[in-house]
Amino acid sequence: MGKIGLIIWREFITRVRKKSFLIMTLVGPLLLVGGISLIVYLGMQESGIQNIVVIDKAQVLTNKLQQSDDIKFFYEPSDMSDSVFKTSPYSAMVEVNPMILENNTIQVFYKDLPSQTVQNYLSTQIEKVLEKEKLRVNNVDPEVYQRIKTALKVQLFDIDKQGKQSYDQIKAGIGFAFGYIIFFFIFMYGVQVMRGVMEEKQNRIVEVLISSVKPFQLMMGKIIGVAMVGLTQFLLWIFISLILGGVGLSFAKDHISASAVQQAAAPQMSTQIEAQFAQSTTVQHDDDTNKQLSTIMDIWHDLPIVRILVLFLFYFLGGYLLYSSLFAAVGSAVDAETDTQQFMLPITIPMIIAISIAQTAVYNPDGPAVFWCSIIPLTSPVVMMVRIATGNAFDHPGELALSMGLLIATFIFTTWLAGRIYRTGILMYGKKVSWKELGKWLFYRG
Amino acid sequence: MLVLENIVKRYGDHLALDGVSMEVPQGKVFGLLGPNGAGKTTLIRIVTRITGPDSGRVLLNGKLMIEADVATLGYLPEERGLYKKMKVGEQALYLARLKGMDKQDATQKLKEWFARWEMSGWWNKKVEELSKGMAQKVQFITTVLHGPQLVILDEPFSGFDPINAELIRTEILRMASEGVTVMLSTHNMGSVEELCDHIALIDQSKVVLHGAVKDIRKQYSDSTYKVEFQGSPVAFANALAYHGEMMDPKVDGTYCNARVKLLHNATLNDMLKATLPVAQILGVQEEVPSMHAIFIRAVSEEEPAQVNTGMTE
Repeated sequence: MGKIGLIIWREFITRVRKKSFLIMTLVGPLLLVGGISLIVYLGMQESGIQNIVVIDKAQVLTNKLQQSDDIKFFYEPSDMSDSVFKTSPYSAMVEVNPMILENNTIQVFYKDLPSQTVQNYLSTQIEKVLEKEKLRVNNVDPEVYQRIKTALKVQLFDIDKQGKQSYDQIKAGIGFAFGYIIFFFIFMYGVQVMRGVMEEKQNRIVEVLISSVKPFQLMMGKIIGVAMVGLTQFLLWIFISLILGGVGLSFAKDHISASAVQQAAAPQMSTQIEAQFAQSTTVQHDDDTNKQLSTIMDIWHDLPIVRILVLFLFYFLGGYLLYSSLFAAVGSAVDAETDTQQFMLPITIPMIIAISIAQTAVYNPDGPAVFWCSIIPLTSPVVMMVRIATGNAFDHPGELALSMGLLIATFIFTTWLAGRIYRTGILMYGKKVSWKELGKWLFYRG
Repeated sequence: MLVLENIVKRYGDHLALDGVSMEVPQGKVFGLLGPNGAGKTTLIRIVTRITGPDSGRVLLNGKLMIEADVATLGYLPEERGLYKKMKVGEQALYLARLKGMDKQDATQKLKEWFARWEMSGWWNKKVEELSKGMAQKVQFITTVLHGPQLVILDEPFSGFDPINAELIRTEILRMASEGVTVMLSTHNMGSVEELCDHIALIDQSKVVLHGAVKDIRKQYSDSTYKVEFQGSPVAFANALAYHGEMMDPKVDGTYCNARVKLLHNATLNDMLKATLPVAQILGVQEEVPSMHAIFIRAVSEEEPAQVNTGMTE
């Protein structure tokens, strides 16, 4: 193992052995998967059973609302005073006015704000009853109504890719996710490089080290070592997330199929019209699910997944090398973390521009801002990922090659630049460094 | 032998070293002296190849020094430290391997040193658990572990208690006796007098004094002797005549202690010849100027120092 290998190994092993690394590795995916599961779970699970009392003087809704496991309806033909409601076991009170068929309005009074799921359920159920009621009043055949009722589906096609549906926006979203990971990684580990450099400077070990190794070796060893920590953590995250996700998914599957059975069973208890109505919606629902599934499969097949992953790795490392060398230079120039501010800003701004342009790229992947930012190396690692995911980048291989070439050239340049600042900065104590000073360091003879 | 030839180093507008030349003989302890900001650290950094000179040459054993020679160097900087969170043994091993030692050799030698300095129990301690003096000992070991031919120590005694300072002193002398060249940069004139065979004094980026300590002392000595005799001080002074001048006589009964400054190129023999008939000489000792006095005289004879604007020390 050469000297640089030793440095990489030390940077890697001291970080990986830290408790914080272990915690982050375990907590990261837990937070991710756990967070998603929690949202799904909370969405599915209501805090206890909702007993909703419906004040229905006109008897429009009475006994017509479909109950669920967690939502029970009770009907009252007369007003209930606020104080009575407050002491009642009901969690919410729905006041139905006699003109409901005209004004389509209900008022819901609650003790604790019902969740979005409950609200949606409530309005869907009431809408169904009202629709049915209106059909009856207007003498419209429910079947005719079903035929008339229209849910428009828009299918987009790229003229250059005949016969294939375009899911550019979804793919752009996937690209943005990749870009966001790059953004996150650069910041998280770039700052770690900076801290590491500052630590060596503050500990005063740096002069001991550079009497054995070249400053450039020390800097590159740190940058590569930290990158390996990041990659390791990243791979562990994916691995753990997959396992957790798999467990979560099988759990969710059981749960969903159970509720689907209930949904299917429910209509049988209702009147014939209701049954027809419910059946048709259920069928439609199933149809939608199948379509969604096939859409996902379509996108999956359409995504150049191998190329995306390879290019992701390229932009991931290129962007990281570019920025982390700048972070290393900043770390070398200052004595304390508080002094980093003035130098951090010019590094942070391009990254923030990149992430916001990438965001617009999701809606407008072919815009000029997206084009330029996908070429300029300071922003390209994040923005180009969107164009890669949509396939746009492969339609313009020249632009992709230019972007990649510029990124390589720029990170070689910034590491060189950072190296010049670094070798002077690490030996400079007790001095407030200005931009002018940094410029001078570039031209000191080694 | 380490030879520096006409080294010039400039940082921006600041001239850190202005044509510095010196010879550091093999197997000797060489003191590199000078006030703060004189350019000592810059000079050391050039020798350790941390930075390069703008012009001038560094020769090691007659050959131009190259990058590979760094492995035969041991450098203990003034600004020194260790990774606080790393374990002592692991860290010492890491530093040794960066110097090019293989793992087994380094481990074995480290264990020997740790045993010799009674610090075997520290191996698995974190550096942050050590006292400053303990950390300094670890640093010293990692500086010399790989058996360097040239050891450069910048203020090696700072942060040590007298017992550990003695330990380092013994180690320096042992290394020199084994043929290792030791370059010592310090402000502690006491240790210079005790340890150094040769010195170079740098002031305002230039060498103002350079050579063997004995020769320099002779050069700065003003031929003053302490004389203890039995007899009359007046007779003694008269007998001296033009050979010298008697100062501060202290009479105690028939005994007398006095300082004699020789004049007109008179030698000690001349003085003795002149005074022997009138006094019983009990003892004579040359008053050698201290390194401290030499340092101050050499530096204050220079122009007043400019404000230093470059590399910190």
